[in-house]
Amino acid sequence: MVQKSHGADLSVRSVRKVYTGRGQAVEAIQDLSFDVNAGELVCVVGPSGAGKTTLLRILAGLLPATSGEVTLGGTVVKGPPPGMAVVLQEYGRSLFPWMTVEKNVELPLKEKGVAKAERKRLVQEALEAVSLADAGKSYPWQLSGGMQQRVAIARAVAYEPQVLLMDEPFAAVDAQTRLELEDLVRALWRRLGVTVIFVTHDIDEAVYLGERVFVLSNRPTILLEEVKIDLGAERDQIETRTHPAFGRLRNHVYELVQQAKKGLRSIEDARLTH
Amino acid sequence: MSAPSTPAPARVLAATGGGLWRIVLALLLPAVLVTVWWFASADSTDPQVPPLATVLDKFPTVWFAGDDLGSSLFVETVGQSVSRVLIGYAIAMVIGIVLGVLIGTFRPLRDFCEPVLEFFRAIPPPILTPILMLFMGIDHALKISLIVVGALWPILLNTIEGVRGIDPVLKDTARAYGLGPVRRLFSLTLPGASPQIYTGGRQALSIALIMMVIGEMFAAFDGIGSAIAQFQATFSTASMWSAVLILGCIGSVLALIFGAVERVGLTWYRGYLRSQRGGA
Repeated sequence: MVQKSHGADLSVRSVRKVYTGRGQAVEAIQDLSFDVNAGELVCVVGPSGAGKTTLLRILAGLLPATSGEVTLGGTVVKGPPPGMAVVLQEYGRSLFPWMTVEKNVELPLKEKGVAKAERKRLVQEALEAVSLADAGKSYPWQLSGGMQQRVAIARAVAYEPQVLLMDEPFAAVDAQTRLELEDLVRALWRRLGVTVIFVTHDIDEAVYLGERVFVLSNRPTILLEEVKIDLGAERDQIETRTHPAFGRLRNHVYELVQQAKKGLRSIEDARLTH
Repeated sequence: MSAPSTPAPARVLAATGGGLWRIVLALLLPAVLVTVWWFASADSTDPQVPPLATVLDKFPTVWFAGDDLGSSLFVETVGQSVSRVLIGYAIAMVIGIVLGVLIGTFRPLRDFCEPVLEFFRAIPPPILTPILMLFMGIDHALKISLIVVGALWPILLNTIEGVRGIDPVLKDTARAYGLGPVRRLFSLTLPGASPQIYTGGRQALSIALIMMVIGEMFAAFDGIGSAIAQFQATFSTASMWSAVLILGCIGSVLALIFGAVERVGLTWYRGYLRSQRGGA
């Protein structure tokens, strides 16, 4: 079994991001503050162009915020923090095509200084966890899109992170694979106890996966609402999705995102039927 | 990874048959050219263009005279030339890749160097021969230096392009997992740029050969270039033609070796390209 690592809490304080290019400043994120508890799974949704990816890149330490700060486990994020793993949307471009699947999963472990025997064990277990135990010697480009994204997830899992950031990871895989991968993420999350931030544009996916769903506004982005998803720990693609509570939450988030698209900037101004 | 539905024996046959057919195709044109040369020159009385039969006839006496192979003109000449090419080429590779990685990685350095690089790229390397001779005389170092300054540019410029073209998503991934500079170099930068480095290396190899010959013609008493110049000066045209043949063979063998290394080194790249085209 992959060890249960302890998630870290993530705190975002008054983060603002202004892009300055060609003399024209564009405010992508106006002001975001929120907390994610250790071991929580939070989904982030919003209209397209809501700065979701910008936010995730700031959380990952890949992009500096213009002001405000992000802390992970009490430490201010200044660059990519140790104990953080990412899974990006472009699976075909985030795996090293010159390395086998095994080597891809192993690479971050080498940097972490994990001993060889231990690396081997972690790689094998992570590949088993995503049902790719036999694909270790293949190259990523020999696999289907869904399998490639599972490799990226295995790489993240083997790393034993405290926080796992996922940026629309299933946006480019087919619908059936997508449902399987959603259940895989839920299962791994419960097993590992890791903090997960899952960015998606798919409202159903967000409600199905998350313990809470953060709804963002249009840019310049603010947080419209933190929606608590009380669907219990056990989720099932058929049971959960047909449950009345799921429908209610889904419609609520859907209405919010629709109105956010039209420029809604405060939950007080929202006209909600659900 | 769907398995092809053709039965295995048929596949093997098709594969080997295809390989054989390709070898036949590859050898066909040289065979035709030699045949044409043979018959076209057979009755030649022009001393500048002796019959191919005469050229081949003289081959052993010119190149393999003497008792042991080791001290024959052939081994000495080819050995000198090939060692010069390989040493110069290796130095150009190292300098080109090191500088290329640095310039390709650091944006300000690139902006700083680019205009000068364009200038040097525009200068045909053979022009440098008399200039370098002024500074270096005609010793061994000159001939190596000529090869280096000729072969350097394609390697350098292609490496810069290769490093610059590495997918930003891969760079983000490497950063997110905190890869250190050394691991980044060997796991991301060099393999990521390797397709372009091979392209540059291939171009550089032919330039290295040209510069080797030019250097030897102008400033050497040994090596294949010098042999061609000397045979020409003494009107030994049949020997001169045989030296040209040897030179062509050296080039072909080096290109074959390069191709074999490239095939192994870029196995992943060909598979990757195929999968991209397949629309996976």
